[in-house]
Amino acid sequence: MPSEFEPRVVIFCCKWCSYAAADGAGLARMEYPSNAEIVKVPCSGKVDALYILKAFEYGADGVLVTGCLLGSCHYLDGNFKAENRVKFVQNLLDEIGFGSERLRLRFLSSAMSNTFVEEVREMVDHIRALGPSPLTLKKITVSE
Amino acid sequence: MDEGPPKDVKIGVFVCHCGENIGGVVDCKSVVQVVKSLPNVIVTRDYTYMCSKFGQELIRSAIKKKGVNRVVVAACSPAMHEKTFMKTLEDAELNPWLLEIANIREQVSWVTKESDKATEKAEHIIRAAIEKSARLRPFEAKEIEIEQAVLVVGAGVAGIQAALDVAEAGHKVYLVERKPSIGGKMAQLDKTFPTLDCSSCILTPLMGKAADHQNIELFTLSEVKNVEGSIGKFEVTIARTPRYVDEEECTACGRCARECNVEVLDEFNVGLSMRKTVYLPFAQAVPRVFVIDKKHCEDCGKCAEKCPRGAIHYDMQPEEITVTVGTIILATGYELYDPAKIVSYRHGIYPNIRTNLELERILYGMGPTGGKVVLENGETPKSIAIINCVGSRDQNHKEYCSRYCCMSALKNVALLKEKLGEDLEIIVCFRDLRAFGKGFEEFYRTVRGMNVHFIRGTPSDIRRTPEGQLYFDVFDATLNKMLRIEPDMIVLQMALEPTPGTMELSKIFGTPVGADGFFSERHAKLGPVESVSSGIFIAGCCRGPVDIADSVSQASAAASKAIQLLDKKIVKQDWVVPHLNIELCSGCGVCVDVCPFKAITQREDLRAELITAKCKGCGICTAECPTGALQLHHYADDELVAQLRGLLQEAAL
Repeated sequence: MPSEFEPRVVIFCCKWCSYAAADGAGLARMEYPSNAEIVKVPCSGKVDALYILKAFEYGADGVLVTGCLLGSCHYLDGNFKAENRVKFVQNLLDEIGFGSERLRLRFLSSAMSNTFVEEVREMVDHIRALGPSPLTLKKITVSE
Repeated sequence: MDEGPPKDVKIGVFVCHCGENIGGVVDCKSVVQVVKSLPNVIVTRDYTYMCSKFGQELIRSAIKKKGVNRVVVAACSPAMHEKTFMKTLEDAELNPWLLEIANIREQVSWVTKESDKATEKAEHIIRAAIEKSARLRPFEAKEIEIEQAVLVVGAGVAGIQAALDVAEAGHKVYLVERKPSIGGKMAQLDKTFPTLDCSSCILTPLMGKAADHQNIELFTLSEVKNVEGSIGKFEVTIARTPRYVDEEECTACGRCARECNVEVLDEFNVGLSMRKTVYLPFAQAVPRVFVIDKKHCEDCGKCAEKCPRGAIHYDMQPEEITVTVGTIILATGYELYDPAKIVSYRHGIYPNIRTNLELERILYGMGPTGGKVVLENGETPKSIAIINCVGSRDQNHKEYCSRYCCMSALKNVALLKEKLGEDLEIIVCFRDLRAFGKGFEEFYRTVRGMNVHFIRGTPSDIRRTPEGQLYFDVFDATLNKMLRIEPDMIVLQMALEPTPGTMELSKIFGTPVGADGFFSERHAKLGPVESVSSGIFIAGCCRGPVDIADSVSQASAAASKAIQLLDKKIVKQDWVVPHLNIELCSGCGVCVDVCPFKAITQREDLRAELITAKCKGCGICTAECPTGALQLHHYADDELVAQLRGLLQEAAL
């Protein structure tokens, strides 16, 4: 594994909580790794299993799904649905031998910019330690 | 799955420098060079301030003259200017939902130090936005008729002011208060800073006006139990606990209380006096009607028997009332932080340690001590120590500043000196003295001239000698010396926190609170009285500590926002709903099960039917739909997958 490996991490952010927390991190000029990039969704419950799998297929080394604190979902229970779906995809990733550890789910509120930044840093460190995704290592050509 | 973007797509990419905010870190010129060659991109521009009049004109003219039909603006967070740019598209007669914002300020330039890394990340995000925008579909937002009524929750000074402003503008207001009387915390205060005018003298007329206003319907002893619907039409269920006294019949003569034999601590006087179980909450209570405290009542029946008007009915039942309103103002206020949680200050354990609210009641002329400041043994105190920031600015308790305690402490100095004479020794222990408001600094200077010891330092725990003398140590940072203070009385200027139940209200109204438990505002600067949810406004201490003047300003601001909406009569919804392709629907019914708002039903043939009026646009059904028949506008599967592909383009090798 090349020592300078920098992973690509996709973060799904719910517009009510983590997206606002990320905005807050910007406002407070907190720094976090530039290789973690955000995709906005209206609710963590909107994160389709397809999006997670596509992100890995397209070359993400890690995917972080973020939603509101349990009990605080703007749509009542979207984050519980996200939890179920992420577990489902994690099982799937284990079954196909890809490993579930590249997919994480975290809950935070719009006010928790500090937590957001910590989680992102930790995720990037965690994926960096895991090394490149097996999909990018084998140089699978993505067919469209 | 992806058939590629429609053939006629023409994308315009507009990269904003935001002065130095983005331009100082991201090399905008090079970003433009990179994205220029991407498929379907026909216009690329960068400009210092894209949100300026000229910046927006660049977008409009690209749409009108070059035929651009998808717009990517790479700038600040969509929370900031998405609506601005949607309007720009609308002005150029392009559907406003054909806009995609690439957030390269909050997500890139403000969180990335190295310019090359920031530029690279900006390229990824803009490329993702371009890919997504190519697939965006126009969306016709539903027009919503605004129900011509406003719900105001909480009838402290903020709620009363908001209700009056809306009512004066000619609109119906439902004012809901949990306590038996309106007035809130301000009704408990003696005098207010920095003018030292009497709190009830300014509040009482306002309370009366609100209660008598023809457009205001008042619900006391009531709480909001459930809210359904969204901006324009909220169906609100109000639960009212019985008063057991007929509001129409009661004349507040007080006969009932004279007959009653059960005494309990009076919460209005913070437990410093007793009241009967049938009682008037306080002399100026509105409505001026007695109430029975059923929890402590022994059902002896004497009060009902002796009431000259027969106004007392033990058999009154709880009620549920449903009202329909177009907008909501939350003004649920604060509660004093519990002094028992700060064990080292021994409140409630040693005598003569008071919270500032207890002191307010003691100072009040018609309060439990008749306005006399006395120790528990009946003697007059010769020295009083006031401790600021108790529980505030403290990571173990409340991290935030309570914003009132400095000025309230100064006010207490002035009032105590007035009552007990100039010889009274007063020590104020403070961390920083913040006299920031209008007239505050001048008042501070006046109080400094009153022979007061100001000590910059945080006191140790409060102790007591075997003889009963209170004392504490404090390091005076100005004298560079440890001092021992032995006062007769100690006043704790307490931290404040959101009213208990704010979390539940946050769930009922579907609008979030911050880490400190106060309601979050839409934008710290540009949307201070708007909650994060459309059509719900916030005012006063429920959105963070403020003094009376600021509470009232916010209440009027929230009222004017509510009136604006009502006067518009019709607004366009600002959220998207799914599109249902009935041909693809297999009738499995999963969407019906997962929809949090019962916005999907099954037709006779088991296929789905969308009730858009109930839909709030979470998109959960679209994530669960196995056939892709349900697609959320602006977040359709092909749009998001394209965005991911754009983001990760070179990562897959």
